[in-house]
Amino acid sequence: MIDAPDLSLAALAPLLLVFGAACVGVLVEAFVPRDRRHAVQVAVALVGTVGGFAGTLLLAGTREVTAGAALAVDPAGLFLQATVVGLGALALLLFAERSLDPARSAFVASAAVPAGSVRDRELATSSRVQTEVYPLATFAIGGMMLFVTANDLLIMFVALEVLSLPLYLISGFARRRRLLSQEAALKYFLLGAFASAFFLYGLALVYGATGSIRLSEIRESASAEGGGVLLVLGLALLVVGLLFKASVAPFHAWTPDVYQGAPTPVTAFMAACTKVAAFGAILRLLYVGFGTEEWTWRPLVYGVAIVSMVVGAVLGLTQTDLKRMLAYSSIAHAGFLLTGVLGLGADGAGSGLAATMFYLLTYGLTTLGAFAVLTLVRDGDGEAVHLSQWAGLAARSPLTAAVMGLFLLALAGIPLTAGFTGKFAVFRAAIEQGAWPLVLVAVLASAVAAFFYLRVIVLMYFSPPAVDGPTVGVPGVPTTLVLAVTATATLVLGIVPGPVLDLAERAAIFVG
Amino acid sequence: METMSAEGLLSWSWLLVALPLAGAAVLLLGGRRTDRWGHLLGTATVAAAFVLAVLCTVQLAGLDERRADVDLFTFISSGDLDVRAGLLLDPLSLTFALLITGVGSLIHVYSIGYMAHDAGRRRFFAYLNLFVAAMLLLVLGNSFVALYVGWEGVGLASYLLIAFWYTRPAAATAAKKAFIMNRVGDVGLALAIFVMFAQLGTTSYAGVFAAVGTLAGGTVTALGLLLLLGACGKSGQFPLHAWLPDAMEGPTPVSALIHAATMVTAGVYLIARSAPIYDETPTARAVVLAVGAVTLLIGAIAGCAFDDIKKVLAYSTVSQIGYMFLAVGLGPAGYVAGLAHLLAHGFFKAGLFLGAGSVMHAMDDSVDMRRFGGLWRRLPVTFVTFGLGYLALIGFPFLSGYFTKDAIIEAALDRDDAWGWVLGGVAVLGAGLTAFYMTRLMLMTFFGRPRWEDGVHPHESPSVMTVPMVVLAVGSVGAGFLLVRAFPLADWLEPVFGEEHEAEHVVAPLTVGLVVTGVMLLGVLAAWLFVGRREVPVLAPVRVSPVTRAARNALYADTVNESLLMRPGQWLTRALVWLDNRGVDGAVNGLAATLGGSSSRLGRAQTGFVRTYALGMLGGAVLVAGALLAVTAG
Repeated sequence: MIDAPDLSLAALAPLLLVFGAACVGVLVEAFVPRDRRHAVQVAVALVGTVGGFAGTLLLAGTREVTAGAALAVDPAGLFLQATVVGLGALALLLFAERSLDPARSAFVASAAVPAGSVRDRELATSSRVQTEVYPLATFAIGGMMLFVTANDLLIMFVALEVLSLPLYLISGFARRRRLLSQEAALKYFLLGAFASAFFLYGLALVYGATGSIRLSEIRESASAEGGGVLLVLGLALLVVGLLFKASVAPFHAWTPDVYQGAPTPVTAFMAACTKVAAFGAILRLLYVGFGTEEWTWRPLVYGVAIVSMVVGAVLGLTQTDLKRMLAYSSIAHAGFLLTGVLGLGADGAGSGLAATMFYLLTYGLTTLGAFAVLTLVRDGDGEAVHLSQWAGLAARSPLTAAVMGLFLLALAGIPLTAGFTGKFAVFRAAIEQGAWPLVLVAVLASAVAAFFYLRVIVLMYFSPPAVDGPTVGVPGVPTTLVLAVTATATLVLGIVPGPVLDLAERAAIFVG
Repeated sequence: METMSAEGLLSWSWLLVALPLAGAAVLLLGGRRTDRWGHLLGTATVAAAFVLAVLCTVQLAGLDERRADVDLFTFISSGDLDVRAGLLLDPLSLTFALLITGVGSLIHVYSIGYMAHDAGRRRFFAYLNLFVAAMLLLVLGNSFVALYVGWEGVGLASYLLIAFWYTRPAAATAAKKAFIMNRVGDVGLALAIFVMFAQLGTTSYAGVFAAVGTLAGGTVTALGLLLLLGACGKSGQFPLHAWLPDAMEGPTPVSALIHAATMVTAGVYLIARSAPIYDETPTARAVVLAVGAVTLLIGAIAGCAFDDIKKVLAYSTVSQIGYMFLAVGLGPAGYVAGLAHLLAHGFFKAGLFLGAGSVMHAMDDSVDMRRFGGLWRRLPVTFVTFGLGYLALIGFPFLSGYFTKDAIIEAALDRDDAWGWVLGGVAVLGAGLTAFYMTRLMLMTFFGRPRWEDGVHPHESPSVMTVPMVVLAVGSVGAGFLLVRAFPLADWLEPVFGEEHEAEHVVAPLTVGLVVTGVMLLGVLAAWLFVGRREVPVLAPVRVSPVTRAARNALYADTVNESLLMRPGQWLTRALVWLDNRGVDGAVNGLAATLGGSSSRLGRAQTGFVRTYALGMLGGAVLVAGALLAVTAG
C-alpha cells in the first residue's frame, strides 16, 4: 500500500501550468487543422510559460517541501524557476519569428523526411511550418523548472531526462544545413545519454552509501558518518552528469558542435535556459546535499572552473563561426559561474548563491539577445554566421551592430553592462571565501576572452563592408520584443543592478 | 572667518553662472535651429548676468560684513574630502563679476556685428557664453576646487575660441600651444590644491586661509610657488608667456574679452585671492615680483618690434599683466593698486582690441601695420576711441592708466630698499617702452601716407560695433580717476585686504607722476623720431640691429621653449614609441601568438567525432573521481 504524497497544488502551480501547456500542445498537434496550428501552438506555449512566470512571482517567499519531500519550492528555487521560464518564454518568441526566413520558419517542415531527398527539397521551399517544437520546448522548460526544485536525486534525474530529450530532438530541426543539424542532435543525444548514465550511476552509489536519495537525508547521513569512498565517488559521478549539462570543460566537447548545428533559436534557448537549469541543480546538489562536505568538492570545482575558463577563452580565440564562438564563450562563462559556486561559506553563509543566481540571469539575457541578433544577419543560405561576413555591418545596419556590440560588451564584462555587475558579484563572492587565485585566473581569462568579443565589434565598425555581404533582415514583432527586452535588461542591470541584486540576495535560501 | 549665508537677491547669485551656461547649452544643443536668434540669446544671457551682478553688488554694499556665502550642494564627498559647491560673494569676487559681465556684454554686442558674416556665429556665441560662465565660476567659487573647475572651463573655452577658425593651420597650432602651456600651469594649481588637502584637509578659502598660519614655512612657500605657476600659465607670464601672442589667431572679440580683459587676469585674481597665503611667505612674493618685472620688460621690448597690430597689443597685455603681478607681489601695499590697474586695463585694452578689430574689418582682415596708414580720416570713430584707449594705456595724465600705473610705481618705491628702486626703475622704464610701441602703433596705423593694398577700401564699422567701442573708451578715460580718487577701490575692497595702510612715501607722488610722464613723453618722442618722421617701408627692413632682431623673435622665447622642452619631449616620445613598439607590443604580440597557437593546438581535440568527445568525458570523469578520492583520502 502506497500512501499518496500530499501535494501543495499552489506551490506546484507554475510547474503544472507549463507541463499542462505542453500536454495541450500535444493535443493541439493532433486536433487543430494545420493552417491554424502555428498560431494556436504559439499561444498555448506562451500562455503556459508566461502563466508559469507569473506563478513563480506570485509564489515569491514560499518555503515549502512538498510532493512527499521530492520537491523543494523555496526562494532560490523560485528565482531560478522564474529565470528559466522567463528566458524560456523569450526563446519561444524567437521560435515563433516568421518574417526573417523566406520559408517563414527556422525549423524544418518535416523532420522525418531524409535530408536532401526530393520530398525534402519540395518542403524546403514550401511554406509549411513545423509546430511540434512548441510542445517539445515547453516540456523542456517544465523539465528545467522541475530540475531546479528537485529535492531528491531521482526526481532530479527524471527532470534531467525530461529537459534533455526534447532538446536532443529540436536540435535536429534546423531548416537549413539539415545534415549539420541532425549530426548535432545525434551527438548531443549520444553524449547526453552517456552523461545521464554517469549521473544515474552516481545516484546509485550515493544511495548505496547513505540509504537515501533525498538531499537533506544525504547531508545528515554524510555529516553523521563522514564521507565514505562510495559517497565521494557517487558525488563525483553526479557532478560529472551535471557539469556536462552546464557545458563545463572538460565535459564541454559537445557544446560547439551542437550550438553550431542546432537552429539558432534553439541554440539561444539552450545557451540561456539549460545553463540556468544545470547550475540551479549544481547549486542545490552541492549546497543542500553536500553542503557539509564542502571541503571535498571545493578543490574539484576550483580545478574544473579554471579548466573551463581557460579552454573557453583560449579556444574562442581562433573561432571564425560566430555560433561556435558564442559556444566557447558559454564554456568560459560556465567557468565564471563556478567561481560563484565557490562562494559558499563554511556555515552556509557567503554570497555565492545570490551572486551565481544573479549571474545566471544576466548571462541568460545577454546570450539570448546575442543569438537573437545572429538570426537577423542572413545571406542566401540562411544565417550568415561566418566572422568575415560581419565586416562593416555597422555601416549597413547601425542599429543591429549597436545592439550586438552591447551584448558583446556585456559578455566581455565591460562596466555599465549586466555582464560586469554579474562578474563583479561572483568574483566578490569567491574572494570573500579566499579564492582569490581563482579570481585572478578568471580575470585573466576574461581579458583573453575580451579579445574575441571585441574583434567582432572592430570588424563591424572598422572594416570596409564585404562586397557581397549579408543582408540584415527586418525582424517581426517577436524577435523585436526579445531584442528590446534583452538589450534593455542588459543595460539596466549594468547601470542599476541594485534592486535585482537585492532580490537575488533575499532569494538566496534553499530549504530541504 | 565669519560666514554669512546669503539672503535675498544674493541667494540667487548662482544664476550669474547658470545664465550664460544655459545660453551655451541651448546654443550648442539646439543646433542649426538656433542659428537665427542664437547671437541675441547669447548676448541677452550675459547682459542679464551683468544686471544681476550690479544688483548683487548694490545689495552687498549694504551689508555690514560685505561678504556672503551661498551654499549650493555637495560637489565631492569621498572619505575625508568634502567639497561643498558654493559661491563666495565679497567685494573682490563681485568686482571681477562686474568686469566680466560688463565688458563681456559690450563685447558680445560688438561680436554681433563682427561675426555677422561668419557661418559659425552661433558656435562662436555658444563658446563665448561658456567662457563667461566658467570665468564667473572661477571668480565666484568659494573654494580652490570651484576655482579650479572654472579655471579649466576658461581654458577649454579659450582653446575652442583660439581654434575657432580651426581650418587655418596657424589657428589650430596656436590653440594647441595655448592649451599645452596652460596645462603646465594647471598642474601647478592642481598640485597646490593637493597640498592643501593633504596638509589642511580642506580646500575652501575660509578653511585654508584660517589654517595657513599653522603650516611650516617651506610648505607655505611651496604652496605660493605652485599657485604662482598656475597663475603664470593662465596669465601669460614669463616663462609661460609665449602662448598669448599666438592666441591672437582667434577672432578679435575673443582677443579682447579673453586674452586681454578677463581670463588672462585670472592669475592676478588667484594671487590676490590667496593673499593670506602670500602674506606668510616673503620668498614666494619675491618670486612673484621677479616674474612680474621680467615679464613687464619682455612684453614691452617685444611689443616694439612686431608689425602685426594684434601681436603688439598682445605683448602689451603680457607687459601690463606683468605690472599687475609686480603690484600683487608687493603684498598688502600693492593688491589694491594691482587690481585697480587690472580693471582699468580691462577697459582700455578691450577697447584697443575692439578698435583693432574695427581696423581689420576695414582692411579686409589684414593685421600688417605696414599696409595701414592714414586711417584716421576714414575711420573717425575708431580713431577717436582707439586714441583714447592709447592715451589711457601709455599713462597720459588724468586718464585711467596714469592713476593706476603710478599707484603701482609708488607702491614699488615705497618698499624703501634697493629692490624697491630696481622694481620702480623697471616699471618706469616699462612705461617709456609702452609709450614707444603704442605711439609706433598709432603712427603706423592712423597717420602717415596710406600704404593700403590694392582693392582695399577702408570704411567705418557699423554702429553695433562702434557703440561698445565708445562705451569702453569712456571707461578708459574715467576708470582710473573713479577707481583711485573718486570712489577708492581700496575702501570697497577693505573687507578682503584689510584697511589701507598709508605708507610713508619715499618719493612724493607728484615727483613720481612727473618722472613717469616725462619718461612717457620721451617714449612718444622716440617713436616720432624713429617712425613718424620717416616713410614706413611696406616690407620690414631685413638689415637691422641684433637688438631689433631679438625683439622681433620675442627675445627667443619660442626658441628656448623648443630647445629646452619640445626637443627633449620629442626625443622622449620617440624613445617611448620605440619601447612601445619593441617592448610592450612585442610582449603583447608574443602573448597573443602564444595564445593563438595554443588555441589552434587545443582546437585539434575538437575532432567532430563523438567517440573522441566521449573519451574526453570519460577521462574527465576519471580525473574528477580520482581527485575527489585523493582529497578524501588525503
